[in-house]
Amino acid sequence: MFTLFLEQLLNGLQSGVMLFLMASGLTLVFGVMGLINLAHGSLYMVGAFACAAVAAWTGSFWLGLVASLMAAAIAGALVEILIIRRLYNRDHLDQVLATFALILIFSEGTRWIFGSFPLFLSVPEFLTGTVMMPGEFQYPLFRLAIIIAGFVVAVGLFLLIGKTRLGIRIRAGEADRGMIAALGVDIDRLYTIVFALGAALAGLAGAFVGTTQSVQVGMGEPVLILAFVVIVIGGIGSIKGALIGSLLVGFTDTMGRFLLPHAFATFLDPASATAIGSALASMLIYIVMALVLFLRPSGLFGTEA
Amino acid sequence: MTMNRETLINSILGLALVAVPLIALGMDEPFIITLATKVAIFAMAGVGLNLVLGYGGLVSFGHAAFFGIGGYAAGILASHALNYEPIMTWPFEVEGTTQMIVIWIVALVASALIALAIGAITLRTSGVYFIMITLAFAQMIYYFAISWPAYGGEDGLSIYVRNGFPGLNTLDPISFFALCAVMLGLAMAFSAVLIRSRFGLALQGARQNSQRMTAVGIAPFRIRLVAFVISAMITALAGALYADLNRFVSPTMMSWHMSGEIMVFVILGGVGRLFGPLAGAGLYIILEHLLGSSFEYWQLPLGVLLLIVVLFARGGLVGVLAGERKHA
Repeated sequence: MFTLFLEQLLNGLQSGVMLFLMASGLTLVFGVMGLINLAHGSLYMVGAFACAAVAAWTGSFWLGLVASLMAAAIAGALVEILIIRRLYNRDHLDQVLATFALILIFSEGTRWIFGSFPLFLSVPEFLTGTVMMPGEFQYPLFRLAIIIAGFVVAVGLFLLIGKTRLGIRIRAGEADRGMIAALGVDIDRLYTIVFALGAALAGLAGAFVGTTQSVQVGMGEPVLILAFVVIVIGGIGSIKGALIGSLLVGFTDTMGRFLLPHAFATFLDPASATAIGSALASMLIYIVMALVLFLRPSGLFGTEA
Repeated sequence: MTMNRETLINSILGLALVAVPLIALGMDEPFIITLATKVAIFAMAGVGLNLVLGYGGLVSFGHAAFFGIGGYAAGILASHALNYEPIMTWPFEVEGTTQMIVIWIVALVASALIALAIGAITLRTSGVYFIMITLAFAQMIYYFAISWPAYGGEDGLSIYVRNGFPGLNTLDPISFFALCAVMLGLAMAFSAVLIRSRFGLALQGARQNSQRMTAVGIAPFRIRLVAFVISAMITALAGALYADLNRFVSPTMMSWHMSGEIMVFVILGGVGRLFGPLAGAGLYIILEHLLGSSFEYWQLPLGVLLLIVVLFARGGLVGVLAGERKHA
């Protein structure tokens, strides 16, 4: 029971780290460009499909991973230049509708190219198998690798935003877009880069998660909504908030699904404990979100919306 | 002149909704009557959303939840009645029913209570937070419907015989259409009266300038909350009709795709226009039917078309045809 608990804790961590890859792009795009992008889940899907297709074609997961980054970044940049750019000055309603239309286009286009059947990505040879963790339990090596890779990317992102020239421009763009344009920064190019960066992170998450689950059309939508919950909890526009929110949502969701049925089983019969426990567990993160918002209407690290 | 043109377009839309099924009846094309019924029901869901989205400026991305609550009211009550199982036996016995009127009342009350709770939390936020939180609450109810096994869970719930209405054979397509069209008409009339009332003016005032509204002594929060509840009730009523149209209800009715579609009806037709949802739902169903019968991946051209509407045809169908509104 205790080792199972530790294992679930790690699963929660993994889901939180993957969520962060999604949520950071979403929150950056909102923070810098003021755009609500429903099609972010489609870029996640593009990454997963690119990885699966290239890995199947070349036999190399690593080339697949590179392909997922490239494909999502290119798709993101194209979409930004062709469509998203026209939406920055529109109200949120137009943004919601246009990016909803983009989801239809991406999903149906992918179905057209790849068909409705899910694809499967296999784990590279040397990452198969399990490792013995402290606390005496076996944990899949690949999942552990995903957690580490996710953290590496997260640290890289914090360094990029905090320490580099590009990061300074991104933060300046969040603060005052008129001013940095006046200072000679090519704002159009900056926006394209930010959008492509967010897309690449989503595509990478898609490739990672696609390896542990199946790659199929519509896979981005549940993750997108979780990422929304994350950035609402963390405060829209805040990368730090996205990290805290991701981990909170990842742990709450995983541990809720694991613990609640057990908790209800202490005073209910097993069948109804499972039913009530899992029903409540599926709602738990939304309850947490409602609670956070009730106390802080603009999220944990948000500025006044 | 623009007002006259909008009135003319509205009359044509209303006439078309009534004329098409009647012609279909003459030509013995029950499928077209069913399509028109679907248009009327979707338009009604849109009328509900338009109240908050169009007049209140509140972009609710979770109205599918209320649509689904209406649907489940119909499904659950009918299944209890058909299985002769009381819904509850303590502290007093409650039986299921196959009477639409009772189902509608239950749908209205249930959606009002849930909208009151959701609105009380979500309306504390604004802008993009409001969009995402209404979406998240709808997802919460959606996942609850999926994981709660008592009423079919993910598989949904069948209504074996369409529920009844006094003096009407609801199984007859044209009679059921007439019922749905009358309900749509009532919802639109109610909405028209409401937006011209003091309450409606306050709601639109809160959209345009909520600080000024507060300054003249009207609390925007309460106005918006009442509008949110009324809006949810209209959409739930449409959901109850939709479940009866399909004789089936499932969590899909509550999915975020459905929320998006209801929003599309409103925007495609024209935000904040009385006949906008009807125009939008009509156009959507016609497109779905035409594209869907000729191309397997019909959502692809639909998406492209939606993009074009958002980018280039602001104001939706009614807006493009009737021109700018006099009072924005």
